[in-house]
Amino acid sequence: MRRDWLLAGLMTLSVLFTGCGGPKPLDDSDLDSGSTDPSAAVSDLQGKVSYDGSSTVYPISLQMSEEFNAKYPQVEVSGGLSGTGGGFEKFMAGTTDLSNASRPVKKSEIEKGVEGGIEFVEVPVAYDGLTIVVNPANTWVNQLTVEQLQQIFLADSAAKTWKEIDPTWPDEQIRLFIPGTDSGTFDYFKEVVAGKEGSIRSEGVSTDENDNTLVGNIAGEKNALGFFGAAYYFSNKDKVRAVPIVNPSGDAVTPSPETIENGSYAPFGRPLFIYVNVKSLERTEVRRFVDFYLENAPRVAAEVGYVPLPAAIYEAARRNLDTGRTGTRFLDASGEPRQGTLEEIYGSAETP
Amino acid sequence: MSRETPIETVRLEPIPASRRRAIERSFRILCTTVSLLSVVLLVTLIGAILFQGLPRLSWNFITGMSSRDPSKAGILGALIGSALVCITCAAATLPIGVATAIFLEEYRPQRRWLNVLHRQLELLISNLAGVPSVVYGLLGLSAFVHLFGLFGTIQEPFFEIGVRRYHQYESEADDRMILIPAERDGAATAPVAGMTVYTSDLRSFALRTIDQDAPRVEDPKAARRTIRLGTVGSPTRRTAWYYLRLPFGYTVLAGALTLMLVVLPVVIIASQEAVRAVPGSLRAAALGLGCTRWQVVRSVTLPSATPGIMTGAILAMSRAIGEAAPILLVSGVLYLSSVPKGLMSEYTVMPLQIFQWADDHEREFADLAASGIIVLLVLLTLMNLSAVLVRQRAQRRLH
Repeated sequence: MRRDWLLAGLMTLSVLFTGCGGPKPLDDSDLDSGSTDPSAAVSDLQGKVSYDGSSTVYPISLQMSEEFNAKYPQVEVSGGLSGTGGGFEKFMAGTTDLSNASRPVKKSEIEKGVEGGIEFVEVPVAYDGLTIVVNPANTWVNQLTVEQLQQIFLADSAAKTWKEIDPTWPDEQIRLFIPGTDSGTFDYFKEVVAGKEGSIRSEGVSTDENDNTLVGNIAGEKNALGFFGAAYYFSNKDKVRAVPIVNPSGDAVTPSPETIENGSYAPFGRPLFIYVNVKSLERTEVRRFVDFYLENAPRVAAEVGYVPLPAAIYEAARRNLDTGRTGTRFLDASGEPRQGTLEEIYGSAETP
Repeated sequence: MSRETPIETVRLEPIPASRRRAIERSFRILCTTVSLLSVVLLVTLIGAILFQGLPRLSWNFITGMSSRDPSKAGILGALIGSALVCITCAAATLPIGVATAIFLEEYRPQRRWLNVLHRQLELLISNLAGVPSVVYGLLGLSAFVHLFGLFGTIQEPFFEIGVRRYHQYESEADDRMILIPAERDGAATAPVAGMTVYTSDLRSFALRTIDQDAPRVEDPKAARRTIRLGTVGSPTRRTAWYYLRLPFGYTVLAGALTLMLVVLPVVIIASQEAVRAVPGSLRAAALGLGCTRWQVVRSVTLPSATPGIMTGAILAMSRAIGEAAPILLVSGVLYLSSVPKGLMSEYTVMPLQIFQWADDHEREFADLAASGIIVLLVLLTLMNLSAVLVRQRAQRRLH
């Protein structure tokens, strides 16, 4: 009995070893069959591409990976969604080739990469509108200003009820439902509403990493107020109502692909990025992946529910890649953040 | 011990029979309601999941990979990943867990201070069973993924076996690559006509070269073997099935070892219970016949404790397969081009995939999450069922 097993094991082993025996020479008959084979249309490029980061950008990257793999089936792409901050942590340690981000890279994150000699190219890929939403049964809020949002969300201001913001609104408690503090969405909202120093209040706020849970919570609570990426709003228009936001020029604007792209939905329209490790770009498979990404970004961004960038910005990103221009354009030479919209920052020019 | 405690005498007030019966009845109703409530809750949950998930559950779903298109998306990658991680985890956990349990139960020290230490150890292990799994995830991240940073980095490992380095060049035929083995230090070897080079699937041939400004090679067969001088190659590698690297990186092995930390206390405690349940008389008889400790463990304790140990182990593995939090830290990957092939592959697991689907803004993916939950539930039921079967069979054999 035991001997049988031994024999079976030996046979399996021998099959295994002959299976991975030395390389066989290539002969012309192989090439003949190859040229008639429909799979010959796809590349036999091999290698690995890895990315991680924002869950907001993930759907774009996922679709890119799939389409890329259809063309390059032998390149192993692996993608994760640890959040913008978590993604940069891996990226600056050199673990991933690309990092998805729903906000520009921070100075502190760049510094982490400096030790390991990590240099990167910044590639904006799409716009996302951060949408402030309420329950459809909420009939009183027809627009909100950034100041009013500050009243509601800042840690040191105490607007707990609608009435405290506007005397004509009901005297009922506001229930806040917002994304978790690890997400780029939260970071972006905090930066617009609270600035660098301020902080978003944590009392009486329900956070959830799952944006669908947020949609569900807001749809189920009359006094709810919350925010998340526009893609979630576009696919849940029947459940929640987006609040028009008063932009710097004084108009109340509802988020839509048009208002996000033309910049009138401000200040909550935000660009999405991928960051590419310069060293990884030397590998053919990464280079091809990034080229593929940039080429298809306008179409895929729209398909996935985001807003494509103006062509000029894609061109600027392409130039960055071709010339190997590293670093972020969102910090100036002295490391201070630059103000302005994406178009101003990318369009203006070749500031060093 | 219990025999020495004096029995307390309680004086029962006479209660009218009708009231006693009423109390009895209401207690029974209470118990029934509570248990019915939990059953109803469970049935509702499972019903809702089945209702939402069954329509999308198909063979395509089982054999499909992660996708942006809900009709194409499937769970195969995560399923294989879960299976690989779970099997590796079991292989690592069982020997350590059972050995620890036997040490704790069978080799109780005689000396007093050692005994105190022994008891502290037991206390420690029961405490470890209550540590949230995400903490083990953090530990696993630094211990297994990065090996505490002691052995190089993931990109420049301290130790590697089973890898061949090549440089990948574009041939003159469209989308066909040529591999040239790299130098020992990983540097590129310059392409020279006549040298032995390889296709992507590692078949050898003699290289041809043409000058940088030479016209296109028309013959496809010749083009396939030709590199234009001046083409820059990019490093690539092929790994054998026994490929191993220190540190492990974000691989199946690191994930399995991290899950081992999560379930090890559970396995130890379950095995301890099983070993403790073996009647002392059996051990005494064996020892009386002149058996050594090892012989007692091997031929008396372990065989009769096996059913209990196996049950504990399988239940622990069901826990491991359902863990998402630690894997989020030590893998974090969700899209994979192909299924993980070995211990050194990147991987994803079912709970992560379900979590991501549930989070997607397209609602079809919520249905997919439900389908994924069904697959996970079926797997868990099968595992628990096998725990029951193993126990029954092993028990029958003993009697």
